[in-house]
Amino acid sequence: MANVTITVNGKSESREVEDRTLLVHFLRDHLGLTGTHVGCDTSQCGACVVHMDGIAVKSCTVLAAAADGAQVVTIEGLADGDELHPMQAAFRENHGLQCGFCTPGMIMTAVDMVQRHGGNLDEKTVRHELEGNYCRCTGYHNIVKAILDASGKMGSAQQAAE
Amino acid sequence: MGMEGIGARVTRKEDKRFITGRGRYTDDMTVPGMAHAGFVRSPHAHAKIKSIDTTAASAKPGVIKILTGAELAADGIGNLICGWMIHSKDGSPMNMGAYPALAQEVVRHVGQPVVVVVAETAAQARDAADAVAIEWEELPAVVDVTKAIADGAPQLHPEATNNLIYDWEIGEGAAVDSAIAGAAHVTKLDITNNRLIPNAIEPRAALGVYDPAEEHYTLWTTSQNPHVARLVMSAFYNVAPEHKLRVIAPDVGGGFGSKIYIYPEEIVCLWASKRSGVPVKWVADRSESFMSDAHGRDHVTHAELAFDADNRMVGLKVDTIANFGAYMSLFSSAVPTYLYATLLSGQYVIPAIHCNVRAVYTNTVPVDAYRGAGRPEATYVLERLVETAARELGVSPAELRRKNFITEFPYQTPVIMAYDAGGYEASLDAAMKAADYQGFAARRADAEKRGKRRGIGMSCYIEACGIAPSQAVGSLGAGVGLWESAEVRVNPVGTIEVLTGSHSHGQSHETTFAQLVSDRLGIPVDNVSVVHGDTDKVQFGMGTYGSRSGAVGMSAIAKALDKVETKVRTIAAHLLEASESDVEIADGEVRIAGTDKKLGWHEVCLAAYTAHNLPADLEPGLKEGAFYDPTNFTFPAGCYICEVEVDPDTGKTEIVQFVAADDFGRLINPMVVEGQVHGGVAQGVGQALLEGCVYDQENGQLVSATYNDYSMPRAGDLPSFDVSTTETLCPGNPLGMKGCGEAGAIGSPPAVINAITDALGNNDLTMPATPQKVWQLAQSAAG
Ligand code: FES
Ligand code: FES
Repeated sequence: MANVTITVNGKSESREVEDRTLLVHFLRDHLGLTGTHVGCDTSQCGACVVHMDGIAVKSCTVLAAAADGAQVVTIEGLADGDELHPMQAAFRENHGLQCGFCTPGMIMTAVDMVQRHGGNLDEKTVRHELEGNYCRCTGYHNIVKAILDASGKMGSAQQAAE
Repeated sequence: MGMEGIGARVTRKEDKRFITGRGRYTDDMTVPGMAHAGFVRSPHAHAKIKSIDTTAASAKPGVIKILTGAELAADGIGNLICGWMIHSKDGSPMNMGAYPALAQEVVRHVGQPVVVVVAETAAQARDAADAVAIEWEELPAVVDVTKAIADGAPQLHPEATNNLIYDWEIGEGAAVDSAIAGAAHVTKLDITNNRLIPNAIEPRAALGVYDPAEEHYTLWTTSQNPHVARLVMSAFYNVAPEHKLRVIAPDVGGGFGSKIYIYPEEIVCLWASKRSGVPVKWVADRSESFMSDAHGRDHVTHAELAFDADNRMVGLKVDTIANFGAYMSLFSSAVPTYLYATLLSGQYVIPAIHCNVRAVYTNTVPVDAYRGAGRPEATYVLERLVETAARELGVSPAELRRKNFITEFPYQTPVIMAYDAGGYEASLDAAMKAADYQGFAARRADAEKRGKRRGIGMSCYIEACGIAPSQAVGSLGAGVGLWESAEVRVNPVGTIEVLTGSHSHGQSHETTFAQLVSDRLGIPVDNVSVVHGDTDKVQFGMGTYGSRSGAVGMSAIAKALDKVETKVRTIAAHLLEASESDVEIADGEVRIAGTDKKLGWHEVCLAAYTAHNLPADLEPGLKEGAFYDPTNFTFPAGCYICEVEVDPDTGKTEIVQFVAADDFGRLINPMVVEGQVHGGVAQGVGQALLEGCVYDQENGQLVSATYNDYSMPRAGDLPSFDVSTTETLCPGNPLGMKGCGEAGAIGSPPAVINAITDALGNNDLTMPATPQKVWQLAQSAAG
């Protein structure tokens, strides 16, 4: 067993967990944060993506113990109260989701993508960057559209802030 | 309310919970005392179970109960059924082998559940499952259909000699033979329709809860049709009587057909909950999904299409062998028969059609309906034939199609279907224009300069949706009626709950169904809630598959709304002292035409519930239900054009343009419809370029059992799509809708393969067109 303390969505959470506990199960089973999903067992679907210390990670591929002391943001922590994150809003505006199962991972991946590219994204780059995320419903068409849309808005917001 | 009514691009009401992580999927459910199931699955494709030793497993930490097929049988849990009876052409009923939820004596495919372990945690259940010792006697296995029906093949079920489930036919064989004999040209093709694994991103899951005090069961499950699940579990599997079983399908993360069926694991979770005294949850890991979710397609076909001297189609002959896997899944028998052969006329006048289908057991995962179900296979046969014929005849593929289009409706095909409406030239023209078909030669020349081979391919598909008139499907062997139900509950304040037997697992019902209500009653979509997926809330329903939620499910809602409106008219006429025929319901008001008399919508609703002043004999309240049984299938159709560039040095195919022009009848929400087409096309392109289930031919191991080995389309494999619609209304239902959920997966595979074979100048290509295959063809074409 391991004692693990992780700051999740701004709140420090300490639990005693089995050594083999994955971050995704820490979030889902121990904290009840079920927005982060599990879609595979080979680290390929991206349904489980969260941000750990500001970087997108597949939480099915990180041991909870390895995240000890880290800052984790999940889909539940992305909106600012009632105000949706621009990426969340863009997914809704552009019909970037159908069944919604891949969506949390897609959005967390997309936010990280825009942050790394500073809003300078084109379709080809977005499609390439999505190589770690499966969606079986949307054919990616509207996901790509949503990310480009949010990328524009987040880019100008970043500029305005600077 | 034009802004939110029929035809408006309303953003989805359901989205907020999904984009904020508040969706509620089966795996998100927890109940007090919940334990977890782990399954011991067969490692062999075909083997006898000689003994099962659970001693070591029982001693593992956390183990609560271990159960086998023997206990299942002792408790009288029934075998899984196939709900559609097909008779062979000699009149004999299909040969169905026993399909127990936990294997007894023999296993017939890798991954078949044999033992269930219930433990305190999922990890403990898996650890203990690994410790169950089973002694096997391996038997020879067969995975290929042609080998399975050959003499001396391993036999799967005593009921099915030579592994043959049925040998079925449709159409006039003699008429087709004479048409072919007298034809000016006959195009012949051998066609394989590759086996696919559906892979909804949410894995299947079940949580069974038995309450001993009430002798009541609850099952949360990833189902497209919870009422059918309850009916089947009750009537056939003896798990629980219907009134003591509640099935809830909460948010479901995609289905594509694979979540129609009632699987062994779901039955076992419910039964094991009673046996072990604790709630039992199971969530498939992806490897389990690969080897236990029903697979799709898997046909081997020889087909011949005959033309007269004027290039008119005169006859079509099709001989298909369909792989059913090791057991007959719930609707498997209908897929290669009534959902396949009845669509072989396509968009064309073909006076004589004959199709023979042999259904065959093999040591593979059971095969059943997957997005399109039979119709993609039919479209692939016909559209590969037509395109090939055009090349052989030296005529334009577009004009050959146009010349043979059905142009007058209703049109009775020689294979049961009577098309009610369509406009095939309109979608052909729309697609050709959008694709700049005329400009292709220049684009090809340009590609050649860059060392690329460019090709263009077309597919004009038809499908039958909105399954289906109950009496008709009953006469064809269906075990159920395929109507839909709805209830419209108007609250005293005028807000509305729509209870529907349809189930949304991505289809956007919470929005589109609300749009229908908004359109009819003039109230905002935000004042309408859609309730679905719970047998305790919705009286009954047949669920969502076969693109039926619009044409059938919404028609039921429309019918219930008719009744609501009638009552509202009666009440308003009474209150306003006017004639019922003068009452108008619009914009949130109930008005008397030609006067300034009116009431707010909510005022009439409240009056219905206060019942202080209602016409004599009128019951208080405002709640109406309806069952809608369709009068015919609906017939969406369209034209897809795919343009590719092949790199002859690498064999890589790039889709440079994909155009879809569909006729879905009336659209409720074009944004949602486009999304359905995008997703369907992606799955069809996946089938054409990437996806193929692979079994080891010798030992029957599933080789493509992870995302490492089974290639599903990623964002980088696909282009953005050019999607548009044309419209002929369906005359058969009140809304004129046809259905859009499967079209993309039906129409796209032949368009892609027609494009690649055009690029290569070589027709000898099977799906999936992997770089390896394409490279080999490119090299041989170059040589
Ligand atoms: S669950 Fe699939 S990548 Fe993490
Ligand atoms: S929306 Fe269903 S998997 Fe992406």
